[in-house]
Amino acid sequence: MITRRQFFKGGIAAFTVGYAAPEFLSDLARAQGAASRTLVVLDLTGGNDGLSFLVPYTDSFYYSRRPTIAIPAGTVLQVGADSSGKALGLHPKLTGLQEIFNQGRLAIVQRAGYENSSRSHFSGTDIWSTGNPPNTQGSGWLGRYLSTVKPLDPLSAWTTTGDTPHALQSSGVPVASVPNVAGYAFASPNGGAEAALERTAAANIASHVPVDQPHVAFVGASVQAAMATLDRVATVAQYKPSVAYPNNGFGQALQAVAGAMVKGLGTRVFFVTTGGYDTHASQDPITDTGAYARLMTTLDGGLKAFFDDLKGTGLLSDTLVLSFSEFGRRISENGSRGTDHGAASPMLAMGGLVRGGLYGTAASLNPDAANPTLENNGADVHFETDFRSVYARIIDNWLGGDSVGVLGGNFRKPGLDFV
Amino acid sequence: MADPRIEHLLRRAGFGASADDLAVFGNLSYGAAVDRVINYELVPDDVDSKIGQPGYVGMTSNGAFSPNTAINDARQRWLFRMVHSNRPLQEKMALFWHNYFATGYTKLAGAIQAANATRALAAKPSEDPAGQKGQIELFRERALGPLSEMLVAVAQDPAMLVWLDGNTNTKAKPQENFGRELMELFTRGVGFYTEDDVYAAARVFTGWNLQGDTRSTTGAFGFVYNPNAHETTAKTFSFPIYGDGGRTIPSRSASAGMQDGIDLIGALAGHPETARRLATKLYGFFVSETSDPPSSFIDRLAQMYLQSGTRIGPVIQYLFSSAEFQAPSAYFSRYSWPVEYVVKAMKETGWTGFSLGSTLSPLVSMGQQLFEPPDVAGWSLGRDWFSTGAMLTRMNFASTLAGNQKFNLSTAAAPAKQSPQAVLNYMLSRMTMPDVTGAVYNDLLAYAGAVTGTWTGSTAQMQAKTSGLAHLILGSAEYQFL
Repeated sequence: MITRRQFFKGGIAAFTVGYAAPEFLSDLARAQGAASRTLVVLDLTGGNDGLSFLVPYTDSFYYSRRPTIAIPAGTVLQVGADSSGKALGLHPKLTGLQEIFNQGRLAIVQRAGYENSSRSHFSGTDIWSTGNPPNTQGSGWLGRYLSTVKPLDPLSAWTTTGDTPHALQSSGVPVASVPNVAGYAFASPNGGAEAALERTAAANIASHVPVDQPHVAFVGASVQAAMATLDRVATVAQYKPSVAYPNNGFGQALQAVAGAMVKGLGTRVFFVTTGGYDTHASQDPITDTGAYARLMTTLDGGLKAFFDDLKGTGLLSDTLVLSFSEFGRRISENGSRGTDHGAASPMLAMGGLVRGGLYGTAASLNPDAANPTLENNGADVHFETDFRSVYARIIDNWLGGDSVGVLGGNFRKPGLDFV
Repeated sequence: MADPRIEHLLRRAGFGASADDLAVFGNLSYGAAVDRVINYELVPDDVDSKIGQPGYVGMTSNGAFSPNTAINDARQRWLFRMVHSNRPLQEKMALFWHNYFATGYTKLAGAIQAANATRALAAKPSEDPAGQKGQIELFRERALGPLSEMLVAVAQDPAMLVWLDGNTNTKAKPQENFGRELMELFTRGVGFYTEDDVYAAARVFTGWNLQGDTRSTTGAFGFVYNPNAHETTAKTFSFPIYGDGGRTIPSRSASAGMQDGIDLIGALAGHPETARRLATKLYGFFVSETSDPPSSFIDRLAQMYLQSGTRIGPVIQYLFSSAEFQAPSAYFSRYSWPVEYVVKAMKETGWTGFSLGSTLSPLVSMGQQLFEPPDVAGWSLGRDWFSTGAMLTRMNFASTLAGNQKFNLSTAAAPAKQSPQAVLNYMLSRMTMPDVTGAVYNDLLAYAGAVTGTWTGSTAQMQAKTSGLAHLILGSAEYQFL
């Protein structure tokens, strides 16, 4: 909770630049460093098929290895060529992202992954969450970053999921789990004045700290933090976005994130998920109603609305969206017109200060076992950029943290300067 | 209740005590109560026949109640058992094993479809068209038996074969997932095996596959040992496999190769590291999470486990009979898991007219959806349950339950209606939590006494205050402990 004293200590940056602040004020806030910057981490759960997302439409092996699920070259959305000269196109449903790409505010890091990529959803997710492939049961990378932030507020980390994502978990780091803003409220079995009495009593009860019982005190602090954040979160329910968000879970989650930012709640890291990427069968990225095409429609609609909304409120330059998925998928389609678990896949970074473009190089899909851009006897895309290099760039250059400390090693990669 | 140790026992060995439970246990000595809890085989297992009967907590299902094929119905049936079973320890151990061998529904549903994933996790054989036995039934059956036998049953369990990819483990493509977790999570623990052990264990279980019909929702599917898929060369480990200290599982013919896995599991179950690791987990689950386990006590539990042929029952009996368990300092030293919290709240507040369907969404937000642990390592316990949003969800669940039980609570509290303090004392006697004294008690009393006009004990006042107090008590930090 922000006390009056902390507010003054935090200075102007402590209330970020909501409420259509005058330009000089937002410049001042930015000048105070990274304290007002927000990171929105987006988990595409299930394993995103990178080759349907960013299509290598000039690679003949893409078509020969995917006889029924390759996207026709004439329909992809052109985004030019990568540094190796390979022309690539976005999925046809990503019209909003193409527009953002053309504005230079979308970066795509190709072939992100790590050595000996896990093909398991849960260990893959743990690896991406911890940033520590050898020990995937430890704390999350975002949680470790947050544990270095002072002061930490109960709303510093906000997940739109019902549980606490592994990436945010770290001892002593509170995470507000707000799957639904309207539900993040003090409910009462009674109405009116009686409910108000209960709320006062609950706050009073939680204010006593039993120093001789640290375990009770710990839970009591959680109650206190909940009570102290209720009203701030409730303001988000009043948020009227400047654009219409798609009426699906992903769109609504992003609307809540935008609301929290505009209302100036001080959250540093948001976590949002959208699922359904485990496309083993009937993947169909081509027809409008196909499974993968619908995933892209959902993704594009949500992100474009979010981008436009933040642009309208002046917060775009304080926002960075980063997407990841636990693995990419096999290059060749399987017997059920889908794709099985693979290895590397692209990551997205989007925001007002992003240096857009295509980072890294696309794989050659030639199934020759000696093809160095593939692995597993030419079955899967081999990683080129360690995902922790992407994390490192964000920790160092966006959040103002120390990536070596947070990631337990130096993963900085020259040239990976998307932000 | 004369003996506070019995209430402590019922919170830990079960899910707390309803008035009915107290009537059963109230007149027993502590030793007799322990015996009754542990020897649950003597108590009829008729709890499922009470589903849908008046006087028991209700269910909300999407169409006909189908706990063998619809996962949310399976969740509600299990919660019903936690509330109403006369064999509380059996359900408590099933929960312990569910976390220990954490297997998640979503991956199974992706592999074998929703209905069969539910069957694999939760079907009662007597109600399944093919006699399919859900994993949770296996945990109930073997709750207090030898770990060595439990491990074999789990290694051959259809849900586990899908969950840790044993179904794809063949000599052409050895699959390490199960072999690794067997050593890391189910037996010895991190640091007590090498990567070479993982490769060897993967080869040991080649051919331990799944067969049958996983497409139709009435077909049978289950474990099969596939000799043709078994890798027959010798496998050498970094630790002893045999009583003579031998570390190598010998080369066997393909047809005899299933014995490799039996040998490895037997060895792992009987290792001292496994004994200490399990003893430490049982200590945290049953005795205390707020003090470090005394090394000598863990040693005694581990010895008991090894001497009894890896049986769990004698360890639990010893544990409940120990001074460490019975010490008042152990009371309320365990952070409640969300399902424990929800069930205890219902048992102590009341359930008539309440539906378990109202617990499902809150349990997700509290961080514990049954049959959906976050990964094979299970849930993060202790303090990890208490994020801000999760705690608020607990408080709001308390509100939902208290509001639902308003009429029942005010009726039950009627004999205390002479004063707000009497009502408060009645409510505190109904709910079990650490003694509420001083400032917290005074806050509750101030709330109870805050009425418009004067206190008359009217129905309106009684309904408002009994439900309000239930909400505040269930939502307090103190109540979150068992």
